Amino acid sequence: MEVSHRSRQRTRERIIAGVLLASGLISILVTAGIVFALASETVGFFRLVSLKQFLTDPKWTPMFDPAHYGILSLLAGTTIIAVGSALVAVPLGLATAIYLSEYAPDRLRRVLKPVLELLAGIPTVVYGYFALTFVTPLLQKLIPSLDVFNALSAFITVGIMITPLISSMSEDAMLAVPRSLREAAYALGATRLEVAVKVVLPAAFSGVVASVILAVSRAVGETMIVALAAGSTPKLSLNPLQSIQTMTGFIAQVSQGDLEAGSAAYKAIYTVGMSLFATTLGLNLFAKWLTRRFQRGGRL
Amino acid sequence: MTTESRAAGAFAIEHLNLHYGTHQALHNVSMEIGARAVTAIIGPSGCGKSTLLRCLNRMNDLVPGCRIEGEIRFGGEDIYAPGVDPMEVRYRIGMVFQKPNPFPKSIYENVAFGPRINGHQGALDEIVERSLRRAALWDEVKDRLRESALSLSGGQQQRLCIARALAVEPEVILMDEPCSALDPISTGHVEELMSELKRDYTIVLVTHNMQQAARVADVTAFFLSGHLVEIDQTNVIFATPREQRTEDYITGRFG
Amino acid sequence: MNRPNSRRSAYRRQMDRWFHAIFLGAVGLAVAALGLLLWQVLKDGLSHLDWQFLTSYASRRWQQAGIMAPLAGSFYVMGLTALFALPLGLAAAIHLEFYAKENWFNRLIQTNIANLAGVPSIVYGLFGLAIFVRYLGFDRSILSASLTMAFLILPVVIVNTQEALRTVPQTIIQGAYAMGATKWQVIRTVVLPAAMGGIMTGAILALSRALGETAPLITVGAWVFLTYLPVSPLDGFTVLPIQIWYWSGMPQAEFQSLAASAIIVLLIVLLTMNSVAIVLRNKYQRKAEW
Repeated sequence: MEVSHRSRQRTRERIIAGVLLASGLISILVTAGIVFALASETVGFFRLVSLKQFLTDPKWTPMFDPAHYGILSLLAGTTIIAVGSALVAVPLGLATAIYLSEYAPDRLRRVLKPVLELLAGIPTVVYGYFALTFVTPLLQKLIPSLDVFNALSAFITVGIMITPLISSMSEDAMLAVPRSLREAAYALGATRLEVAVKVVLPAAFSGVVASVILAVSRAVGETMIVALAAGSTPKLSLNPLQSIQTMTGFIAQVSQGDLEAGSAAYKAIYTVGMSLFATTLGLNLFAKWLTRRFQRGGRL
Repeated sequence: MTTESRAAGAFAIEHLNLHYGTHQALHNVSMEIGARAVTAIIGPSGCGKSTLLRCLNRMNDLVPGCRIEGEIRFGGEDIYAPGVDPMEVRYRIGMVFQKPNPFPKSIYENVAFGPRINGHQGALDEIVERSLRRAALWDEVKDRLRESALSLSGGQQQRLCIARALAVEPEVILMDEPCSALDPISTGHVEELMSELKRDYTIVLVTHNMQQAARVADVTAFFLSGHLVEIDQTNVIFATPREQRTEDYITGRFG
Repeated sequence: MNRPNSRRSAYRRQMDRWFHAIFLGAVGLAVAALGLLLWQVLKDGLSHLDWQFLTSYASRRWQQAGIMAPLAGSFYVMGLTALFALPLGLAAAIHLEFYAKENWFNRLIQTNIANLAGVPSIVYGLFGLAIFVRYLGFDRSILSASLTMAFLILPVVIVNTQEALRTVPQTIIQGAYAMGATKWQVIRTVVLPAAMGGIMTGAILALSRALGETAPLITVGAWVFLTYLPVSPLDGFTVLPIQIWYWSGMPQAEFQSLAASAIIVLLIVLLTMNSVAIVLRNKYQRKAEW
């Protein structure tokens, strides 16, 4: 009886292990599913549109006649948003990280951290509303020629949204710098600023850069703010004062209606999705590679 | 005040009390530390010896909740007087830590760090070479100054940290158990170096290794639970201590 | 006597003070942005927020419009999402922490999960549209939306659960093994009870992410003008963020202020969920310190 109890137990253990493994495998299936869904339509798309047109045509007008399928103008829009939001968020996020890790008294830190977490937890559609009803009217007072829908308002708001991401990841990287290095610098008569900028920041550098890249990747994939505030007119231009469209903005705009499966527009959103997926994956892998290098070099 | 304690490079500590929040780490400590000599501070862990050392260059200012009463005079000046800049104190009083803590930069940049932040103009090469020579490291690293300091061995790293401290030409070097992370051969190197350096510098050495104190220190102070028990010439402390507690400690009856 | 260059020291101290002010200013700017955002929302949205707003359907007349359908839809979608994602995420996390051997395959799973967490949410929407709406024929339904959301938050659930599992001290795990318990017995009787607080906290935070997501549901085909409450999982759906997005994009200021009212409701729900998560976390941390 003892023996059969033990063997029943062993069988049960094996079944459980199998179920758990299957759950682990589902994540692989999801990736496969995403890639398959994107790739199959993308292949269909390139039966209709040549790769040359896709990469060189300056116009993106899949819904008009004659339709143009030049990804460059969507890429231009995405680039404005990504670069612009980084211009806002990198100084803001880094300064915040330095303040929190090197300057802030403990009590203030305990108040500020949740406030920043709150900023990070606000849904992006709320930021979109804020961009449209607050940031844009404010900017229009400063720049009267500004379009109602414009890239400037969108990237400022995206910048605010990704600031907590940069600040919290950079702060983590800076807190990982050993205390002993700070002490060594203080013992040589360094000021707090010199400790922060000449010792801590260089030691945490790859972690900080990784946080910036991840934040840019978030900006590239951000949809709601640009869908609401940046407009829906793809342009091969880097002027932030006018209406533009990003890759995400196009997908959101076109997929709203009852899109006919198999139509060129349907294939186009998947092709844009594929480009988006490849861009963010590349950025994320690069950030990960940097972080791994940081961990190897940083742990003494 | 004796003339000795007013001399450049000498400390006079008077009625020093130190609290971390509600915990009192040092109790009414009064002692003098002579210039151009090695003074060792010994005692069991937690006796306050590192805390005392960190008062001498105001490193304790960086610890939240740390309060200090009493006076520490360095060359006759109260380093805790209002208006004294802690950065200047630390610049004049160098420190070497328990574990080697080179910056993750090149060997050269480590030594040049102090002069650079102080806006030193001109020949840094010369300062770097001189400091590395004084730290008895020059011959080992002169061909690889641009390599990362992290590529050095532990003992070399610690001598690099000494060179880094020397580069700003301090008057004092505080050493907080500088050999506790080193092997015996590297320890020997660093101890030789201390005997060399004491001709020009005041050295205050915190150590839990009594043999080390006996080998290198001119004067030894024994601390217990935040109190200074006894301070005297090293040979007196180790041969004929006045206090029973000192004798118990150095003969290994506790600690 | 050697002293630092005194003019240079004064300059360095000055720089330190200036940059202290600049860094603090940056923090202030971030906090101010949050303040402005909340103020803007409250100023526009508070006046219209009443019982009638919570219990009315969408309407072409802004005075009569309400959020009953999207509010109910949000809870419906979130409930189903939890049902799919939480057990799956828990099981995958247990596999990775306790069963997975250190080999290339399990490293692949782990890397893959990290990469999935970085995929833009709208790409999950395209995935949901292709697989659930079209291929499996669930159409533009609550079920399609929930499955899409479940896979969107799955990597977050797995990673959060793994972290919670790792906080269980090895000593008690070893103790349980030493008494002859099997691996699953150890997990069920020792690990899971000890990690439950952390697992719940992570789950709530992941679900609050699902509650605020908009873009993938646009792609999956949310309706913006729903005048019935969904009953079956195959019914059409809308959720609060979709309604907010729709109203925000309307040219009339009145509808935009309805968006603000709906934002207030959404933020209150999110804040409540986060507070519960924080309370759980604190309770759990206190227990873990014994």
